[in-house]
Amino acid sequence: MEAKEQKVMDEILESHSYDPTAVIAIMQDIQQIYRYLPEEMLCYIAKKLHLSEAKVYGVATFYENFSLDPKGKYVIKICDGTACHVRKSTAILDEIRSLLGVTAQNPTTDDMLFTVETVSCLGACGLAPVCTVNDAVHAAMTPEKARELIKELKAEAGVGEEAADEN
Amino acid sequence: MRINTREELERKRKEYANSLKTQRKQILICAGTGCVAGGSLNIYAKMQEILIARGIKCSLVLEKEPHDESIGLKKSGCHGFCEMGPLLRIEPEGILYIKVHVEDCEEIIEESIVNDRVIERLVYHDPEGKAYERQEEIPFYKQQTRVALEDCGHINAESIKEYIAVGRYSAVAKALFDMTPQQIVDEVSEASLRGRGGGGFPTGRKWQQVLDQKEEIKYIVCNGDEGDPGAFMDRSMMEGDPHRVIEGMLIAGIATGAHYGYIYVRAEYPLAVERLQTAICKATEKGLLGENILNSGFGFDLKISQGAGAFVCGEGSALTASIEGNRGMPRVKPPRTVEKGLFGKPTVLNNVETYCNVPPIINKGAAWYKTLGPDKNHGTKAFALTGNVMNTGLIEVPMGTPLRKVIFDIGGGVKGGGFKAVQIGGPSGGCLCINPTEDHLDLHLDFDSLKKVGAMIGSGGLVVMNDKSCMVEVARFFMNFTQNESCGKCIPCREGTKRMLELLNDICEGRGTMEHITMLEELAETISATALCGLGKTAASPVVSTMKYFREEYLAHVVDKKCPAGQCKALTVLQIDPELCKGCSKCAKLCPVGAISGEVKKPFTIDPAKCIKCGACKEGCNFHAVKEV
Repeated sequence: MEAKEQKVMDEILESHSYDPTAVIAIMQDIQQIYRYLPEEMLCYIAKKLHLSEAKVYGVATFYENFSLDPKGKYVIKICDGTACHVRKSTAILDEIRSLLGVTAQNPTTDDMLFTVETVSCLGACGLAPVCTVNDAVHAAMTPEKARELIKELKAEAGVGEEAADEN
Repeated sequence: MRINTREELERKRKEYANSLKTQRKQILICAGTGCVAGGSLNIYAKMQEILIARGIKCSLVLEKEPHDESIGLKKSGCHGFCEMGPLLRIEPEGILYIKVHVEDCEEIIEESIVNDRVIERLVYHDPEGKAYERQEEIPFYKQQTRVALEDCGHINAESIKEYIAVGRYSAVAKALFDMTPQQIVDEVSEASLRGRGGGGFPTGRKWQQVLDQKEEIKYIVCNGDEGDPGAFMDRSMMEGDPHRVIEGMLIAGIATGAHYGYIYVRAEYPLAVERLQTAICKATEKGLLGENILNSGFGFDLKISQGAGAFVCGEGSALTASIEGNRGMPRVKPPRTVEKGLFGKPTVLNNVETYCNVPPIINKGAAWYKTLGPDKNHGTKAFALTGNVMNTGLIEVPMGTPLRKVIFDIGGGVKGGGFKAVQIGGPSGGCLCINPTEDHLDLHLDFDSLKKVGAMIGSGGLVVMNDKSCMVEVARFFMNFTQNESCGKCIPCREGTKRMLELLNDICEGRGTMEHITMLEELAETISATALCGLGKTAASPVVSTMKYFREEYLAHVVDKKCPAGQCKALTVLQIDPELCKGCSKCAKLCPVGAISGEVKKPFTIDPAKCIKCGACKEGCNFHAVKEV
């Protein structure tokens, strides 16, 4: 962990008076900044709060809101429910994955812009196949629309294809 | 800033009440989660902009020394009529405007504020077209009795001054100076206030047990972890009237000799956290929290503890474990929370709504409270009315109100079909219904009446279902929820709910046998007898209750392989009507599994053995020739 991050950690811990019972609130603060819980930070707070790493890990994995994996700026969830599946959601998933160069094992792009996940059923079967980007629902997806969507998101983030080409 | 004595509180109350009175009119814009999502904060901003542009004096906060009249503009708590949001109320007339848009703001100011006229098109019209100008006349409101929610929607949710102005925090003064702790506990016991979080345990008895403990450190904990799908009463109270929650907890502290309190709020309620945080700051500034409250010598500190997304934390011992910074898993009881609760100390743990009922009991007395509701079930109960009902929203009625009145008179009836059932009490509750042998519509909604029919009030979620709902699928939905949220500590819940879900999935997908039903019954019995915590013990309730009242529906799924409500896709069969089919072959091209064949310009057919019932053919057919049978 770098000095800058350590400073952030210390500030968070300080604001909770190094209180071990505030470990959940501390992790919430960390996730607010980094959008996940980096392992070395969990180890650091365990040390500073005089808790075992196992205990901190146990808490971090118990609550649904905590994530131990870094996520991209845009979290794309593709519905893998039955209705979406039979309407070729797999093709959309494959398209997005190949466009972004991610896999099921490594769901996040190297530039930390995108995380691609599947989700069991969003209950939007009437709009199938659907995907969500940071919880906004996109209905009746096709591989073509998926390409458009990615392009739009990249443009929004300022890393459009033109920008990438110049580099 | 600080209010130092009881007399000063009374003086301030008069001062604030006078300031309120000098506001010629008040515009209360609902700032509950539902209306905010509908854009009510934009309406607030627009109103402010227009008032300023037109040079109309407007008060966003209660002025200290009002010299002339102004228009009060405020964000209030949830008005309850969520179906009709965003809502806007104008005082002192009590006009309610529904489905307000930013574009309506100019007209509202011109007509209703400047010219004192009611805008007909913005008021509520009942299905017969009758217009209701005043909020209190609308059938949805007229039939309600508001105790816990009495100020919600009527005062600025972010203002301690307005809360004091309408006479609040006086119960704290009364509890501090006119009553002994034992008298407070006796008053609450006498009122027979029962826990509003689901269990219905007598609050007075709980407080007595904590009062009797000799420990020096005791805690007051408020359970705001409202996790039931379809319930939002506690959220509305925390958002709309946060000082009432604080006042209730403070009185519990005075009664039991506890000086520390925690409010546990679930992570999904950021607005509630924000409003409570503001309220705690304001109350501390005024000296109504902290050391030596109103110079009584009594001190009380309050903190917010935020959840992180675990339904099980609504269970008492899991909740305290979570506040302590542990995995939120229930423990074996005894010792009970009143003996060894938070940090191993005696703890009063009550639900948000329970605390909200305390200040009026102290102020008006147990005798008044007992005029509401039937014996041993006194008071009112807030319900979140959702599902297939005309008026979705937040309501409060006296305990013992018949279900019929709630659904038809207040709720405006069932949407999209006839009444089939109502699910009450969330994933721990059961369903009430109407069928040849049972008629629950005239059932009285109170703890004891519901218990008799195998349901419970729970936190107060009422999900209305019309005759197009499949009860097996509803049971499956709840089992899926419980299974996902099982903390995994005890085997009956961890494994039992998993197996029950598998069985229900089988039934919904057409693989069910009579043995599945027997096994479901057996598992339900075992889980409720052996699970560790209350949530586990009741995990099977939705299944048990739907099996009891809708057994023929289960049998239809298992024996006839049919879903009477047509909801279970796997049990429907798709067929092409040869009369309507033009033989265009579009369906055959759409079919992902090649189940449709035929000759162009002649009727096509679906091979049921290959069909996966995705419905692509049905949706794609231009002639509506594909039918579900």
